[in-house]
Amino acid sequence: MKAPGGADIAVGGVLLAVENVSLAFGGVKAVSDVSFDIRKGEIRAIIGPNGAGKTSMLNIINGFYQPQHGRITFKGETRSKMRPHDAAKRGIARTFQNVALFRGMTSLDNIMAGRTLRMTKNLFWQLLRFGPAMAEEVEHRHRVEEIIDFLKIQEIRRTPVGRLPYGLQKRVELGRALAMEPELLLLDEPMAGMNLEEKEDMSRFILDVNDHFGTTVVLIEHDMGVVMDLSDRVVVLDHGVKIADGTPDEVKGNQAVIDAYLGVAH
Amino acid sequence: MFYREAGQFKTTYQADQAVFPILQDRIGLALILIAAFVGMPLLASDFFLSVVMIPLLILALASIGLNILTGYTGLLSLGTGGFMGVGAFACYKLTTIFPGVNIIVWVLASGFFSTALGILFGLPSLRIKGFYLTVATLAAQFFLDWSFIRVQWLTNYNTSGAIEVPTRTLFSFPITGPNASPQVRYLVILAVVTLLTWFASNLVHGRIGRMWMAVRDMDLAAELIGIPLYRTKLLAFAISSYYCGVAGALLVFFWYGGAEPGVFNIDQSFTILFMVIIGGLGSLTGSFFGAALIYGLPIMLKGAFHALGWNILPSTVEHITFMTVGALIIIVLIVEPLGLARLWQIIKQKLRVWPFPY
Amino acid sequence: MDLAYKILIDPFIQMGSAPDLLVQTLWEGLVAGVLYSLIALGFVLIFKASGVFNFAQGIMVVFAGLTLVGLHELGVPAFVALGLTIVVMFGLAFLVERLMLRPLVNQPDIILFMATFGLTYFLIGFGELVFGGNPKKMIASELYLPSGAYDINFAGGFVSLQKIDIAAAVIVSLMVIALAFFFQKTRIGRALRAVADSHKAALSVGISLEQIWVVVWFAAGIVALVTGIMWGARSEVSFSLQIIALKALPVLILGGFTSIPGAIVGGLIIGIGEKLGEFYWGPLLGSGIESWLAYVIALIFLLFRPQGLFGEKIIERI
Repeated sequence: MKAPGGADIAVGGVLLAVENVSLAFGGVKAVSDVSFDIRKGEIRAIIGPNGAGKTSMLNIINGFYQPQHGRITFKGETRSKMRPHDAAKRGIARTFQNVALFRGMTSLDNIMAGRTLRMTKNLFWQLLRFGPAMAEEVEHRHRVEEIIDFLKIQEIRRTPVGRLPYGLQKRVELGRALAMEPELLLLDEPMAGMNLEEKEDMSRFILDVNDHFGTTVVLIEHDMGVVMDLSDRVVVLDHGVKIADGTPDEVKGNQAVIDAYLGVAH
Repeated sequence: MFYREAGQFKTTYQADQAVFPILQDRIGLALILIAAFVGMPLLASDFFLSVVMIPLLILALASIGLNILTGYTGLLSLGTGGFMGVGAFACYKLTTIFPGVNIIVWVLASGFFSTALGILFGLPSLRIKGFYLTVATLAAQFFLDWSFIRVQWLTNYNTSGAIEVPTRTLFSFPITGPNASPQVRYLVILAVVTLLTWFASNLVHGRIGRMWMAVRDMDLAAELIGIPLYRTKLLAFAISSYYCGVAGALLVFFWYGGAEPGVFNIDQSFTILFMVIIGGLGSLTGSFFGAALIYGLPIMLKGAFHALGWNILPSTVEHITFMTVGALIIIVLIVEPLGLARLWQIIKQKLRVWPFPY
Repeated sequence: MDLAYKILIDPFIQMGSAPDLLVQTLWEGLVAGVLYSLIALGFVLIFKASGVFNFAQGIMVVFAGLTLVGLHELGVPAFVALGLTIVVMFGLAFLVERLMLRPLVNQPDIILFMATFGLTYFLIGFGELVFGGNPKKMIASELYLPSGAYDINFAGGFVSLQKIDIAAAVIVSLMVIALAFFFQKTRIGRALRAVADSHKAALSVGISLEQIWVVVWFAAGIVALVTGIMWGARSEVSFSLQIIALKALPVLILGGFTSIPGAIVGGLIIGIGEKLGEFYWGPLLGSGIESWLAYVIALIFLLFRPQGLFGEKIIERI
């Protein structure tokens, strides 16, 4: 199922292009004149030392920050400003560094919340609940259960997410993003704070999502091993400026990248 | 050993999504409804119905309204009294202009006037959040309170500024006014409150409830999964005000029998808010618990003093009530911010394993 | 057309035709504004240091005033009563910190805000129980506060300036200067600013949050006492003051929650705006619009500048 709006892009074609984008907060330049593209069906990593502007870049793509200069072209449509609500409608979903789950709700409700855009039964039917509204709930519950199976979080369905350990919270958050059936999935440090086993699980999930659902993935990650293994192409930012762009091997050997990191590998 | 889920398997998602999935809960609910609709009118005294049940149901309805706005959507409102008043006065005007139409129809219709004002005062929520929005609701409260006295058209130009409820009938039984019996009034209120509670329950357990709670818990994330923040907040204002408006109309027509200026003042707003906090923010059953506790407190205190043989002035009881409520609010927020509803859940958990300790 | 004339033209004509009345109204507005600022000051103190929005500030004003008068009624000499009241306010600050703030230390702001509702109702009940619900006369003359008025001839009529109001303006100015000095120059003042900035950072340099909170609530209590005295001297000390004190909220919206100069400027704007509105436009709408006019003024400001006049623009980062 594809999200509404925009042209249908073939696999390998440019799904999203960032052109000469700049963003500053007061005097602080978060992103300076950055351009790169994201091809449909690939896994693209954005890496760089702390403060490089990676999260800001993600926030720009999904409409949370509006850049002062530059444009974004998504599925053939160019715009300079977009609200997060519109980004969601067009098929962009994301997760956050600090896990932005709805703490008052259970895992199941959080993921069901991700289906909101696709639930259409209006207020009248919601007041009655039996009939079309219930049928819609059940229909979406099926899809959500597929995601729960996929992420192996059946046991914690009914647990309020505030009580879950960090690793599981990240999985539920991924589930909520997947529930939107996005064309473009933005993951902000999905492996942060995980041990080796959890990282392997998460890597498997990301690969499966890309493989199985055909979702294009953009991820910010610090673990170089993960980046090299998972991604098709890599963009490197440093102090808000793009310093390299290519396949993992190309980037690995790039002197500017090595200098930026001072040779740090996880 | 009586209250357990063992052996109750759900084979469809529909059954799993039910509001009361546990059989014992469903039986309990059925028993409560039978007791309420049949037992009470037959067995309870006039005093009990007039002084306990009728107020309890009406205040619980208002609490449900405020809970939708504050408990589920996270928008703290101090305008409840004002919105209740809008419903009450709308009902009064409607029935005095069109006395032939059934009063229950007007009660249900008057809620929509509250809704209109609720949306109007909710418009600022596009740009203002948190404390600021609370102050905006305070503006609504003071403005509405002032209008109820100033706009004499509302009270049909009554010199004292008060309204007296005219007699209205249903199937030729008087249901409002001095001749209406407590049993009849109680049943009408019970029917309306049950219906509206059912609607509220349906809403909060479905898509709309999730949208509200998402806005409450983290509105930035809610926006990013496609929830339209502004429309969701306005819907909360709209529905919340409707419930408060109907509660206000019921209060004047079926409980007080009239209204004096100041009935819908800021104290009323705080009373309902305290019911919501103590009962449990974000819980419908909590609204009932909270209403019972806050409304019942002065009655229980008077009873306790009486039993101890102390002769306490009514004003002193009022002061002690204020102190107790204030202290209770602080205690509830410290010990169990989710209020009596959560306490009830914990009791049910313990019941699940009873008679074993764990 | 007639309505537009009444709203947009007529009031200004009235202002011009009786300039002495205009000045009188402006003065009344200034005085009310000064008193609103005092209450707002108490809010700002507490909010700056603990992030708590103390809804109970209004009832603290009443409570302080009642304690002072009540002690005097028992026969305690005026200034001794003043001293004892200060001790009582310290005790209140201590109890609030121990019983309310400490247990709720990590809760979201909205929970603490609601807790202050509980505090408000508790103090209302307690105050009424101990002091009775009747309004009381403030012991202004015993405290050597001036009475009477200066009548000034102006523009054909005259303007009457109550001496107590002038005293209020002077006292408020002194308080603001004292507070500014306190914040900038003293060790505790610096600690308060550190806590306002970041609890965690303040803790890590060894500042005791509990002590700071007691100090700040005590300072707010002193401000409440001064407010209670000045306001009580103008009219009387009664529980209805508590509702009027809520007018400090629009003041805070205008002036920002953390700015002392903002509280003063906001107070003046609200006070003057309210009095002008009530006097010149009030008759159009009916009397009593001062019960809500301040809030509407603040609301309108909010719609154009959500952070108030002096507040900082909030940039939310995820």
